[in-house]
Amino acid sequence: MYLGRVVGRVWATAKNASLEGQRMLVIQPLTPELRSTGKPLICLDSTGAGAGEIIYWVRGREASIALLPAEPAADTTVVGIVDTIHLPTAPGVGTGEKGAESRPAGAAAGETGAQAALERTEAGPRIAQTGEAGAQTAPDGVPAATNGAQSAPDGVPAATNGTQAAPKDPAAPGASRTPTHRKGRRC
Amino acid sequence: MILARVVGTVVATRKDPRLEGKTLLIIKPVSPDGKDEAGYIVSVDTVSAGYRERVIAVSGSSARMAAGCKDTPVDNAIVGIVDEVQLD
Repeated sequence: MYLGRVVGRVWATAKNASLEGQRMLVIQPLTPELRSTGKPLICLDSTGAGAGEIIYWVRGREASIALLPAEPAADTTVVGIVDTIHLPTAPGVGTGEKGAESRPAGAAAGETGAQAALERTEAGPRIAQTGEAGAQTAPDGVPAATNGAQSAPDGVPAATNGTQAAPKDPAAPGASRTPTHRKGRRC
Repeated sequence: MILARVVGTVVATRKDPRLEGKTLLIIKPVSPDGKDEAGYIVSVDTVSAGYRERVIAVSGSSARMAAGCKDTPVDNAIVGIVDEVQLD
């Protein structure tokens, strides 16, 4: 399985009968540090992933197994939506402070709340120690949850929810994506 | 799956019997914004794609999952004709 970001959609009216009713997404593969790597590709979708979301996808024969019982002619399928990534050993992702720095940078590059919500800090307790990082997590995480619910991606509502407690953040995306994760586990 | 453009056809008289009646097309991978990429692929057409049309091609053993390609020695199949690509 590989990480990727949803960067677009594809529509095709004339298609193989096995692909009827399947969503097709344009995916940009990512490294674990969320840098783009390789060429964009077309994936089927088993999760309902939306624009700009970080997802993971499978390649090969397993891609059609993910969509059982349909078994469409697919060699790449999105099988999960990423909530958080923890990379304790990755270079440049050493401390909670660095993780906090990387998020405003991502927002400046015009990326969506889904990516901004990704935590690249050393460990959970580390986030609690750095008050600023925890405070940023809550407003970033809320629009990520709305992305999962297929509403328009928008970072602006984050400001109104700025006072929400950080512990609420992991619960929100989890609640909205429960069906998604069930599908993901099926394969 | 990749985006590709049909750039030619292949005619083969002597071939595996299971490939008889199948259309073989030469496709060239393209990026989502329409630029040609390196290389080309000979692909089995399952959707009656035409010359210069942008298509979706599936590779590997998944190509055999396409309707009409069951139990055939195929590792690349055209499974859709692209109407529109929307990049966010």
